[in-house]
Amino acid sequence: MNKLKIFTKGFFSENAVFVMLLGLCPTLGTTTSAINGLGMGLATTFVLVMSNIVVSLVKKQIPDKVRIPAFIVIIASFVTIVELTMQAYVPDLYDVLGLFIPLIVVNCLILGRAEAFASKNNIIDSVLDGFGMGLGFSMALTMLGAVREILGSGSVFNIKIYEGDGALVFVLAPGAFIVLGYLIALVNRLQKRKSI
Amino acid sequence: MEYILIIISAIFVNNVVLSRFLGLCPFFGVSKQVETAAGMGGAVVFVMTVATIVTYLLQKYILISFNIEYMQTITFILVIAALVQLVEIILKKVSPSLYQALGIFLPLITTNCAVLGVAIIAVQTEGYDLIKSTVFAIASAIGFALSLVIFAGLREQLELSDVPEGMKGVPIAFVTAGLLALAFMGFSGIA
Repeated sequence: MNKLKIFTKGFFSENAVFVMLLGLCPTLGTTTSAINGLGMGLATTFVLVMSNIVVSLVKKQIPDKVRIPAFIVIIASFVTIVELTMQAYVPDLYDVLGLFIPLIVVNCLILGRAEAFASKNNIIDSVLDGFGMGLGFSMALTMLGAVREILGSGSVFNIKIYEGDGALVFVLAPGAFIVLGYLIALVNRLQKRKSI
Repeated sequence: MEYILIIISAIFVNNVVLSRFLGLCPFFGVSKQVETAAGMGGAVVFVMTVATIVTYLLQKYILISFNIEYMQTITFILVIAALVQLVEIILKKVSPSLYQALGIFLPLITTNCAVLGVAIIAVQTEGYDLIKSTVFAIASAIGFALSLVIFAGLREQLELSDVPEGMKGVPIAFVTAGLLALAFMGFSGIA
């Protein structure tokens, strides 16, 4: 697999949210607006890239039997770094995302990439994979957040685009499920067309 | 009265899956059959309750007294991972058929964010004492099991219905979950 393919597969063919259905909790829980989705996506990307780097560096030192707990400790360390940094520099975003920041540690996407990719590949490929997957994840979260924000509060990235308040249900829990369902259907449709 | 309020709120009003968005991976992963859904629900009730009690004691007597609260994420997730291993070993001996049925999803409880999420909500966000934390954990887990079983029932029916081509599989499952969440929103007036 060439380098470009490793980077771009995270956006479309193996997109974490739309295709692999990984990391669903933050995907639905934090995307009440486009900016929140983007913030969560970038925080996750940072943790993903850093943990991929460390895992690929120490993969030979970790005994096979304890590799999962070892990966979790590595991931949890970076999550703690992100948590403290966000608390200090972007307290507003930190308050909105709240519980979902410590929960980055149990995002199956990150452990999945550490196990499936970084523990088998060299550091450069692991970095590319981390960035590709992380940015693909951010893209999906931003899209979902933008759609929910447009339908639910009539604005996108806090810029008003039509009069009125929109349907509140799209900002609340049921809207998250329904919008993501239709987005996945749309992505399926586009991929099917490409393959024909 | 206070306890009843915590229970009703955790099961119906702030349902872990449908309103807090925790534990979605098993929610979509093991909800194809009612029977496996119930098994998964039972495993989560046990793990979540024990995990919350242990993390509460850990937070109160170790993290706070040594002033190292920033270690919370790391210690909590390790405790939960160890607990899941324990449950796995016990279940393998006691009920091999259930162990077979749950398959890969049992180790995945470690990365079930509902377990870590409920522990953090109980000890940090809400600041419950030990008894309230335990009650909250049991009620949350029951809420999780309840929504999982209902959703599995809906999906079994869905197998038989005529779904448009593009919506087959995952998309229609999400829309169904959305409608279920809408139904649970009706409880929000209670507490």
